[in-house]
Amino acid sequence: MQSSGYIYWFAQVGIADRPLVGGKGGSLGELQRAGISVPPGFVVGTAAFERGVQALDAEFGIRSKIEGLDPDDLEGVSTSTQAVRRVIEEAPLPQELTDEIGAAYAQLCSGHDQSPVAVRSSATTEDAIDASFAGLQDTYLWVQGASETANMIRRCWASMYSVESVTYRRRRELPEAGVAMAVVVQAMVDARTAGVLFTRSPTTGDRSVITVEGAWGLGSAVVGGEVTPDRWVIGKITGEISARNISDKAVRHVPRIGGGIEEIAVDGSLRTQPCMSDDELEMLRIIARKVEKHYGHAQDIEWAVDRNSGAVLLLQSRPETVWSVQDVQPVARPETDPLAHVMGIFGGRR
Amino acid sequence: MNAPAKPMIFPLPSSLEVIPGTEKAQSAFPYYTQFTPADDQRFWFYNSMHFPEPMCTFDMVTAEAAYCALGSSSARVHVIPTTLGIDHRIINGRVYIGGNAVTDPAEIARRAAEFQKRAFYYYENWETLYAHWREKMMKLIEDSRALPKIDLPEFEPLEHVHAGRGVASNHFLLDTYQKTLEGYFRMWHHHFEFLLLGYGAYMTFFAFCKKAFPEISDQTVARMVAGMEAEIFRPDDELRRLARIAVELGVDANFKEGMPADDVISALKNAGDAGQVWLSELEKSRDPWFNINVGDGFYHYHRSWNDDLTMAFSGLPGYIAQVKAGKSLERPVDALQEERRQLIADYRELLGSDEERVAYDQMIALAHRVFPYVEGHKFYCEHWYTNLFFNKIREFGAVLAKHKFFATTEDVFHLTHFELEAAIIDLMNSWSTGGEPHGPNHWPAIIAERKAAIAIWAEHVTPPALGPVPDVIDDPAIVMLWGITRESLEAWMNAAHGPDSKEIKGFAASRGVVEGTARVVKSVQEIGRLRQGDILVCQVTNPTWAPIFQKIGAAVSDIGGSMSHAAIVAREYGLPAVVGTGNATVRIRDGQRIRVDGGRGTVTILE
Repeated sequence: MQSSGYIYWFAQVGIADRPLVGGKGGSLGELQRAGISVPPGFVVGTAAFERGVQALDAEFGIRSKIEGLDPDDLEGVSTSTQAVRRVIEEAPLPQELTDEIGAAYAQLCSGHDQSPVAVRSSATTEDAIDASFAGLQDTYLWVQGASETANMIRRCWASMYSVESVTYRRRRELPEAGVAMAVVVQAMVDARTAGVLFTRSPTTGDRSVITVEGAWGLGSAVVGGEVTPDRWVIGKITGEISARNISDKAVRHVPRIGGGIEEIAVDGSLRTQPCMSDDELEMLRIIARKVEKHYGHAQDIEWAVDRNSGAVLLLQSRPETVWSVQDVQPVARPETDPLAHVMGIFGGRR
Repeated sequence: MNAPAKPMIFPLPSSLEVIPGTEKAQSAFPYYTQFTPADDQRFWFYNSMHFPEPMCTFDMVTAEAAYCALGSSSARVHVIPTTLGIDHRIINGRVYIGGNAVTDPAEIARRAAEFQKRAFYYYENWETLYAHWREKMMKLIEDSRALPKIDLPEFEPLEHVHAGRGVASNHFLLDTYQKTLEGYFRMWHHHFEFLLLGYGAYMTFFAFCKKAFPEISDQTVARMVAGMEAEIFRPDDELRRLARIAVELGVDANFKEGMPADDVISALKNAGDAGQVWLSELEKSRDPWFNINVGDGFYHYHRSWNDDLTMAFSGLPGYIAQVKAGKSLERPVDALQEERRQLIADYRELLGSDEERVAYDQMIALAHRVFPYVEGHKFYCEHWYTNLFFNKIREFGAVLAKHKFFATTEDVFHLTHFELEAAIIDLMNSWSTGGEPHGPNHWPAIIAERKAAIAIWAEHVTPPALGPVPDVIDDPAIVMLWGITRESLEAWMNAAHGPDSKEIKGFAASRGVVEGTARVVKSVQEIGRLRQGDILVCQVTNPTWAPIFQKIGAAVSDIGGSMSHAAIVAREYGLPAVVGTGNATVRIRDGQRIRVDGGRGTVTILE
């Protein structure tokens, strides 16, 4: 670990380190510790954010400016936050941060100076709504080079000052001094296929099935709803595939020459071919079970299949929240006389 | 189940016509099995699961004895709170059944109190009572085997006279017949002594699983409960044993694909000591394990392996090839046990709370206790005893045919059991008096008429259900044994007017996707047509068809549920199977290319 506490490699952190590395960063560390394959990477911790914003705050008075905003004055919020975001995105990083991020990037990419990485915001808050305002969706794919990586890190930071996020904090009168964000920098998977999975049925809440959705190319097409994914329902324990909906996958996201990604059309017959083989789904099932067991809680997972190695990798895992809050009534309670259970069938009470 | 949005009604029984030209054959069925105008008020469904083909007049004894015993168990013995028994009617040779549900809450409560005194006693003393059941059942089988052979000598044997027996041989015709019939009715009481309680305990666990895991497949629940060493696996185990012995003895070259069993046996008789040793091992397997029918045993023509070695011998070349290839034919019982234990533990872990886990433990423990009966009784009742019964009736058929009552032994099955008794008395009388029996002038024309009727009935499709559907189908026996629910009836109704789809749906019995040539096999005699990789399409896949499972690519059946043994055996063979499709043998033509998806429970016609 770098002594400064700015950079953390995945292997160094776990979910308990959320205050330092955010939820996404902590989760990736946790997965790696549990023996799950995730693309290698590091987290630019909250200390780095603190260091970067502190410097700017001293110069531009960012925090007091934000604290002075009226959440109902949309125009005021809009103008001020835009200015703040520009400052954060444009001001160069303190030299020590530039050096450490550059060094970490070089280490991650084994010295290849244009290796693609994904840069993703990693919020420290456990408040899901807040987290989503604070740039949960901020993911920059296929970022190449240390300097471009640093630019994207600043963009992630700036997303803390989006109109929605600031309005939300102002309404709750949260102190700006507590605002922090970590950023994940992860080796980019050139995904042949990618998608999401839930370790419960999203329709019935059944804990014994895994629902997988996937499409050709990078996962951003699935997450962003740009394509109707193929969908499978797999028995979590049996591996039995009880539903297969193979859709017409018209587009896919691929790396763009010179960095970033683009959407392209999928060729002819490939559109209606399943984007995962049964063997790959089986690998995914085993991984999903392992992750869920590790957390002791149903998970919502992003995954990808590496185009070159064929490896199935996890990009992210977070707790499933929709059904979990509905599990209140037990399906059945123990009976003093176990035979009393049969009255459910014979006694006319269903 | 919720009350329906709109009333659902199938054709009324009174609207169902006896097919012209078969009226006399229809009237042969006893008056109490004929539909009456009052039956229009009730709901009936065609029991295609047990009686998929038109009934010969004699075979209706199976329906009669079975419903008599089933009703006694539920209405009077264990006093199931919500149901009495099941009535049956026969039209165009088809058996329709309808339950007598109890719906008055006060009456249900009164019966529930009785039920707990009776059924709970059975559950609590299950192992002891089941051990007692086996003794009773074996005694019944012994009694049946001990019945005298049917014989009418010209003169009473001298030893009977000298022994002062004082009763002549003709009397034993009637005596033996009545004992045969009595034994069959008694067997069905034994059959139902535990069955509803056993299924009920299983269904209790099943219902829990469906609630806790709404998307769990029926077959997974069945796998958690099914035993590994049920008697029903034994016949196939015996075949594997015989295959191993054939290789050990070096007589395996005598078993050739498609060679009739008799020819194989003759060859072995000429194969020296080794051949004799194998044949004596065959005899050991045959008694009792080849007393297994190639159907469910409900029709007289569902012959046993013992009666017709075709089925058994058709499996031997394949097993022998496997032995020679060094494959172990042992069923990996320990591994299967371990797999089941793991499955139960894994699902248990997924439950939401410890409270649910304790309830789950309670329910599965009871299901495991009762299941050996649910699995085991079939061999003794539907197979072994039923076999003895129909073969005993054949002896009467033979003696009546010998006295020219009709042409062949098998014709006896076109008489009702009442008529058969009359024919026996006719023969007894004429033997006594030396006069001519009336039978030879009376029966041949009637039998010809009835045979013609069966052929006509078989060509007509009969409605799956009749009459108004009750708001709630809550009769546990009907739900458990036939899987009839409001939803399944809606599907039937839609199927009746549905489009001509290429896809046929059934129960997902064993996973895997296979494409191949469909072989629509209507009877066991046709199994010789199956070639490596063919897809078997049949009315009922019986576990006794297991020997051909090694040869085919997949199996599809009209009838059967996911807890049927066919499904369990198919899973053991890793053979994709879809069961309970309703009408695959009608919709699929022999030779068509089809795709079977055993995980989804669908069959697609590809051409």
